[in-house]
Parts: sequence; C-alpha cells; structure tokens
Amino acid sequence: MEGQKLKLDVSGMHYRELNARLRQMVQNGVQCIELYNVCGQRYIASNLGKPVEIHLYGTPGNDLAAFMDGPRIIVHGNAQDGCGNTMNSGEVVVHGRAGDVTGYAMRGGRIFIRDDVGYRVGIHMKEYQDQRPVIVIGGTAQPFLGEYMAGGVLVVLGLTLAPGARHTATYIGTGMHGGVMYLRGEVADHQLGREVARMPLDEADRALLAQLVGEYAAYFGCDAERILDQPFTKLAPLSSRPYGRLYAY
Amino acid sequence: MCGLIGIMDTSGAYFSGHDIVAGIAAMEERGNGLGAGFAVYGCYPQYADCYAFHVMYPRPESRPQVETFLRQHFSIVYAEPVPHRNVPDLLCPPPIWRYFLRLPSFLQEERPGVDEAEYVVHKVMQVNTAGLGAYIYSSGKDLGVFKGVGHPGQIAEYFSVEEYSGYLWTAHTRFPTNTPGWWGGAHPFGLLDWTVVHNGEISSYGTNRRYLEMMGYRCTMQTDTEVITYAVDLLVRRHGLPVEVMARVLAAPLWSEIERMDEPERTLTRTLRQVYAPLLINGPFTVIIARHGEMIGLGDRIRLRPLTAATAGDRLYLASEEAPIRLLCPQPERVWTPLGGEPVVGRLRTPWSAQEVPLEAVSRYAYAM
Repeated sequence: MEGQKLKLDVSGMHYRELNARLRQMVQNGVQCIELYNVCGQRYIASNLGKPVEIHLYGTPGNDLAAFMDGPRIIVHGNAQDGCGNTMNSGEVVVHGRAGDVTGYAMRGGRIFIRDDVGYRVGIHMKEYQDQRPVIVIGGTAQPFLGEYMAGGVLVVLGLTLAPGARHTATYIGTGMHGGVMYLRGEVADHQLGREVARMPLDEADRALLAQLVGEYAAYFGCDAERILDQPFTKLAPLSSRPYGRLYAY
Repeated sequence: MCGLIGIMDTSGAYFSGHDIVAGIAAMEERGNGLGAGFAVYGCYPQYADCYAFHVMYPRPESRPQVETFLRQHFSIVYAEPVPHRNVPDLLCPPPIWRYFLRLPSFLQEERPGVDEAEYVVHKVMQVNTAGLGAYIYSSGKDLGVFKGVGHPGQIAEYFSVEEYSGYLWTAHTRFPTNTPGWWGGAHPFGLLDWTVVHNGEISSYGTNRRYLEMMGYRCTMQTDTEVITYAVDLLVRRHGLPVEVMARVLAAPLWSEIERMDEPERTLTRTLRQVYAPLLINGPFTVIIARHGEMIGLGDRIRLRPLTAATAGDRLYLASEEAPIRLLCPQPERVWTPLGGEPVVGRLRTPWSAQEVPLEAVSRYAYAM
C-alpha cells in the first residue's frame, strides 16, 4: 500500500476505531487518505506523527488534529470547536468555517480557515525557538480573538464581511503577552483588550503577510493582491507580563 | 460537557422522536450516562386541554397520598403509569405515572378569577416540597417529558420515545458536575409548559434560588438548572416580559457594553440589571428553553458553552455541535453560532392553542393504548 491513496467511509464509526484505522494506514506507508461521511468524530488524526495527507468529507468533531505532529488535513466542510488544539506541527486547511477556540494552545504548524471562526480563536497560542504557529482566517472572528496569546501569528482577513462592514469582535487580545495579530481593516479602541495595542507595520510584517496571504489565496483560489491592497491593523502585546503586578500588593 | 439538541417545525408539522433520538445519540460522547431526557410538544393530542402531570415516585409508597391530593385539587381525566420497555442495564428506575388533569369545577365558584397557571404552580410546589419522595417534574398541557439516569439511547428505548410525535422536541445528555445524577436530576426541567435543557454550571445558583423562593418557587430537584426554569416562568409568564427581554435578564450584557448602547436600549438594559440583579445567571451556560409555540436558544454573555443554530425550510435546529444537525439535515440553508447572550428564537407561524389540534397529528401512542 506504499504511496497509495486510500478511501474509507467512516459513517457511524466511533472515533477510537477511526483513529486506530488511520494509525494503521500511516504505519503501512499510505500517503493520502480520504475519509467520507465524517460526522462528529472527535480528535481525528490527533495521534499521528508522520507526514500524510488526509481529506475529510463532512463535519469532523471537536479537537480535530489535537496534538497533531506532521500530517496535513484538508476539511471539505466545516470544522467544529477546538480545531488544532495544542497542535505541534503539520497543517489544517478548512474549506468552510471553524468553531470556538480554533488553535487553542497551539505550539506549531499552520491552520487556514476559509470562512468565519467562533470565540477565543488562538487562545493561549505560544511559540518557542523555531516553533511558531500560524492561523490564517479568511472571514471574521467572534470576541476574545487571541485571548492570552503568548506567541505565534494570527491573521484575520474579513473577506466575508459585507462591503464597508468591519470586524465586530470585542475583547481582542485580552491578556495577550506574546505573538502578533494582523486584522485586515480597522478596529475601534473599545474592541481591543487592555493588554494589546496597535503597532505600525514594518517591512518584516509586510513580507510575512504577503507570504501567508499568498498561501491562503493558493489554497482557496482567490486574488492575493486584492487582499493585500487593503490596510492591515497590527496588534501586539503591551507587556510580556500583563498580570505580573496583579497579586503583588 | 453536557449535550443539547432542539428541533422545531415552525409550520407546526408533527414529526416522530426518531430525529431527536438520532441527534442526541450522536452527542453521547458529551454525557457520561448519568442522565438523559426528552421533551416533546404536542404528543397528547387527545388530552391537549389537560395538564399532563408527570410524577416520579422514588418512594413508591407515596403514590396513594399524591393521588389523593390530586383528586382533591384537580379532576383527573385519565391516569396511567408511563409505558416503558424493559431496559436491563438501567439502574432501578422509579415508578413514573402521568395524570391528565383539569381544574376542578368548584374552583371558579369558590375563587372566581383564580389564575389557572398560578394554581397549578402552587400545587406542584406543594407536592414537591412535602418530602413524600414524589416529584412532579412536568406539568404542561400537551407536553411530554421522558427522562432518567442513563445514556440517551437507553432512555429513548425505555420510554419508547420514537413512538411519540410533536412539532417541537428538545433533548439532553448529561455530564453532571456539581450535583448528583439521579432520575429527578435529569434534564429537561419542566414547570407548566416550560422545559429547559442546560449545559453549564450556574455559580449564582444560591442567589437565584433565594430570590425565586421569595416569589413562591421552591427548588427541590438538587440541580442548578431548576432555577432557570422558574426564572423564565416568573419573567415571561408572570411579569409578561418578551423572551428577548428575559434573555437580557438571564444573560445580562456587561456594563461596558451597556455604556455603548443607544437610548432607550441603554436605560432599559440598565434598569433590567438593577431590578432583576438576583436573576443574572452567572457562570458558563447554554440553554434551550421551550414552551408551546416557541423554542429559545441562549448562551451566557461571554459564550463559555457552545451553541450552533441552523435553519432548513420550516425547521429550526439548535445543538451543542454542528455535526448532529448535519446528520439530520446534510445541507441546511443557514448555519451560525450566535453571540453570547444573543437569543435564537423559533416561533410557530400560527400561534399554538390547545383546541386546534390537527387531527392527523394523533400520535401512534393514542392507538397503542
């Protein structure tokens, strides 16, 4: 089965069996796997540590690719909450929307969401040496975006917003103490958490955005130039220990 | 975390329990088998104008006393043990009876203009607080509640849920955190035709409970969800608030948000918070509240528990996850996650009333009697 593409109908299959099957296939050297009728199974591919490409047709359950280390997952549908929870490396590409706490406590790897996402996306994301996680969201996000962020890159493009409409998330970057966020378009002061501030974009920021938006555009077939020719807001933490003095007195 | 699901057909069309059972069973992972339950609106068409009391007897010997009480205060049109199958691995299910009741004829003469609903609530509280070991856990017209300790599939099998039909269903799979898993603690919680299924923890339970006790509601089911059922009854039925305003009391907007509101909304919201401060439901929660003709999904104001909504034709779906909705309806027209504190309300196109019951709606249960 070396290098072959394997198809599997997983309707009604419990996630333990599904993940055991995946592990088996990966150990047998299968390079590309397609799962059909995915419906709510949790923790898909969370135990895989080898590069493999997995296509999911349907609605994968919570904590898709949790702790994942290496594979690439393409979701043809919507992802639920906790997609990429504590992911270490690899890629998740969702041709649809994703739920709350997408990229929760992410350590590395990349997540590309074509449409909107829920609350607290990128919460507790962190980075360490060359482990720098990236989340790129094509649509917009709900409140508490990047809460308690400690590292990594979070990009929100707002492509699903009506013309002239703006991001409506509030409490953006609450408790943020590391990493960087780029939001396409403006946000009002009252939408920002106390621990984050706007920063001017420098050349390094523009280069990073060009690369990430380019990849997003490649995945979802849209025009990177048109996306990049709008102003971006860069948000970064005011301090690395925002709550340092909270209990000092 | 608990699993919730609610399905409503806003045209009033009836559908069997098959969909709701499949939907909640798909979220069995969210529960731990210590509670599951179903509510169905419209399942007793031949007794549609009677109060359908569902009474649980953890102490079976209390039944004669309760039935005497019911005969004194109501006229019993029909009574029977709730039909159930034998499901061996359900742990000692208590006897459960249902009574179809009308208010006694003498009541209007003795107490002209008595509020029927107040009378029923008062009697329900009397039985539940008498310490008999008997609990009236549902008291609405043309409303069935089937719940107990077990996984959703087991409870559905036990009560033959798939044989009932109605235009509005809600269901719950329980993962108890702070309160015991017992038959009376399973969701949905009911009073009159309200039912509530809840995922979350109410840290303000003590405050809410004390306030509601002053208003004549007694909490007896050792589960925090109970306060939401009584708070909704107080706010909407007794005080006549629209459900959208009720949502602003239970999931009150933060003060910083209120400051940014325009008038008159700001003054209204500030006043609601001042008047109903003890009814703020603090802590993470998502609930599906239902009554005849309406299904309401509501989450706490900073959305610490999930809720996905979807519409397809006349159907409104609410669930803790998107997958169970897609299992029942692969291509809904719209799927979204409401903001914290923002109610999702489904209403019947023609308001429900006990009399106009579509004849073809008579459930198979009626023939199976």
